[in-house]
Amino acid sequence: MSSNLYEGSVPMSVLKDTIVYRHTIAVLVDNEAGVLARVVGLFSGRGYNIESLTVSVVDEEAQLSRINLVTSGTRQIVEQIKAQLGRLVPVHTIKDLTDEGPSVGRDLALVKVDGVGEERIEALRIGDIFRCNVVDSTNGSFVFEVLGKSEKVDAFINLMKPLGLVEVSRTGVAAIARGAGGMVDEASLEPLPKPKPSAWPKTKSTPKRKTAEKKSAKKLSPKRKTAAKKAPTSSKKKR
Amino acid sequence: MPRHTVDGRQMLGARIILQALEEQGVEVVFGYPGGAVLPIYDEIFKQNRIRHILVRHEQGAVHAAEGYARSTGKVGVVLVTSGPGATNAVTGLTDALMDSIPVVCLTGQVPTHLIGNDAFQEADTIGITRPCTKHNYLVKDPNDLAKTVHEAFYVARSGRPGPVVVDLPKDVMMSEGTYVTAPRGIKRQQHKTYRPAHTPDPASIEAVVDLMVNAERPLFYTGGGVINAGPAASKTLTALVKDTGFPITSTLMGLGAYPASGPNWLGMVGMHGTYEANLAMHDCDVMINIGARFDDRVTGNLQHFSPNSKKVHVDIDQSSINKNVIVDIPVVGDAGVALTAITKAWKARKTRPKPKAMKAWWADIKKWMAKDCLDYTQAGPVIKPQYAIQRLFELTKNRKTYITTEVGQHQMWAAQFCRFDEPNRWLTSGGLGTMGYGLPAAIGAQLGNPKGLVVDIAGEASILMNIQELSTAVQYRLPVKVFIINNQYMGMVRQWQELLHGGRYSESYTDSLPDFVKLAEAYGMAGLRVEDPAKVDDTIKEMMAIDGPVIVDVRVDQKENCYPMIPSGAAHNHMILGPEDEEEKAITGDGLALV
Repeated sequence: MSSNLYEGSVPMSVLKDTIVYRHTIAVLVDNEAGVLARVVGLFSGRGYNIESLTVSVVDEEAQLSRINLVTSGTRQIVEQIKAQLGRLVPVHTIKDLTDEGPSVGRDLALVKVDGVGEERIEALRIGDIFRCNVVDSTNGSFVFEVLGKSEKVDAFINLMKPLGLVEVSRTGVAAIARGAGGMVDEASLEPLPKPKPSAWPKTKSTPKRKTAEKKSAKKLSPKRKTAAKKAPTSSKKKR
Repeated sequence: MPRHTVDGRQMLGARIILQALEEQGVEVVFGYPGGAVLPIYDEIFKQNRIRHILVRHEQGAVHAAEGYARSTGKVGVVLVTSGPGATNAVTGLTDALMDSIPVVCLTGQVPTHLIGNDAFQEADTIGITRPCTKHNYLVKDPNDLAKTVHEAFYVARSGRPGPVVVDLPKDVMMSEGTYVTAPRGIKRQQHKTYRPAHTPDPASIEAVVDLMVNAERPLFYTGGGVINAGPAASKTLTALVKDTGFPITSTLMGLGAYPASGPNWLGMVGMHGTYEANLAMHDCDVMINIGARFDDRVTGNLQHFSPNSKKVHVDIDQSSINKNVIVDIPVVGDAGVALTAITKAWKARKTRPKPKAMKAWWADIKKWMAKDCLDYTQAGPVIKPQYAIQRLFELTKNRKTYITTEVGQHQMWAAQFCRFDEPNRWLTSGGLGTMGYGLPAAIGAQLGNPKGLVVDIAGEASILMNIQELSTAVQYRLPVKVFIINNQYMGMVRQWQELLHGGRYSESYTDSLPDFVKLAEAYGMAGLRVEDPAKVDDTIKEMMAIDGPVIVDVRVDQKENCYPMIPSGAAHNHMILGPEDEEEKAITGDGLALV
């Protein structure tokens, strides 16, 4: 499912899908005061879900923070969420990790289990199966550090419930795209946005006309060229 | 001061603000002083390039700035104090956000060391205004002041315009910082993160024209985005409509982009739009939305909204697209640029819509027009509100007239009966529906257009929400005319109570209204009253002849309802045309819960 037909558009049939999907979205933002409040306020103000949210500075020098959020909604809602995030002034880049190729997400939990005897041993055994680290231990308790996909962490917590689970602290999902190449900070790389190449099916007459236009463009005298270039700037000024 | 001599110069924070406003070309600031902004007011006192207009309430300041911005195309500027000054401005800021009006609002703040201490007149202005502005800033370092003010203007006016708040702690105003000039040329566009859309994807334009040339029942549906794109966009639109021969309708915010006297004009669309416009929306096969946002006042019941059309949506704001209505062809970009591109692509094509189909489509439209849905009868001794507004329009249409409105029945009648031929002449609160908008907006419009005739078409309930601004109009000798359609009811509330709540008029009647003529006199302006339909014309002429602000109290029929109307929850083709239709199309079920 490509999300770019034209700039940022999604096919109508996909948008009309009424199934609710979970999406992990990464947002690169300026690390300035109140930026998290803007993002969170947008979700509460417009009634979107946040299932998990992590935020941390990822580039001290460039003062960039990364917000990873897990949300759920129909495709129309998810596209709306991304578009609304895009309107926020301090937002650099948004990447839908669920939508744009494979990605990996990790959740970490510290799970405290109180117990003695057989239950305590059982908890330790399960912890082993889940490759947990025991980060604290007393005669009557363990603190397990469990790391993995959210589903794995959920499963471990559920198994601990009958074995004396008393407290859970989770980080929420940190996620990243698989493969080479980073999450490009498009905004700081490109001074002005260029129209993205379009995947819209070409009409029969379009290719012909395009070559015709190119030819006529070459024929234009320099004067006319500059006049054509100036037109958009003057309309900008008027606004 | 010339640009090169101020760049890098040390000056007081408050002076930096004035310098930056001056550099941004600001001529008028609407404001109200208070403790936290005293240093800025002191700097205002020391200069005479920027004119300060003292309003009587901070909400009025923002609406006045909106009126100024909407009628001139410039950014409106507001200056208010901390705490109550800022909170009073919130309604105006929300209004500007909903209607995409460029406003920069400077708010005072308690000194930085007191922030968070519940100091006197402290409010979390940034927190409060975050959801009701396009962006906001708290400036804690005087060296950041100039840059932030320049950026605020850029953000407010570019892309989809909107309000921007700059919160200014008093100690920052009173310490010295370095002034920097605004970036020029290409650098002006190089904001670190903010990238407003501008030029649409050429392939999307081709796809739009593909639809257009193959259309059988096409329709242009335009909105405030065309107005915001500047007068040139309106001209391009008018030419394109003429070229294509397509019919055109517009939202409340888009009135005037295509002249109402033009042959292809169907009138306004939406809940109180014309019969022909709404039926055309319902029956078209290609809908070309330019700079409108499929608002619920326009679409009615979404499930039955224009069921058989391919839809194009041109919007500068990506988030407007596919928000309410999923469209076939999204075009992200400036309405003016898109219109130019569409015109160019249209002219390059040889194919045109089939004349036979277009003829049949226009025949349908003419049939709907023949219903004459705005018809009313002025009979008997009582003035019909429609008559008063229609006469006002007829008598003022040959002057450079700006119409502002409050919110309610009178607003809808004004939209129906004032036929705007030019953009930027119609100022109304569309998205938020703010009662009390019209008078301060008229003040702003008059300041921006000293030679224009500015009329606030008001209701007697709405006008009382910001009546204090009469004092502003008198102080600055602004000859705004306040034309009150007085039926002693909150007319639209009363109408809904009649249609939805069995005629139980709960709290919609205003007792103890002031005598508006005496009120005008008390403020030092002229007051007129008219109760006889035969005297309406003379009264309007008298109003126009008075060289100063005037209130006209027009006593109208108390029970008149605003028609045509799409009942809430209904589709476009289920309009109530008049009282005789009411029972048949009563609002029931889910419609009752809608607003």
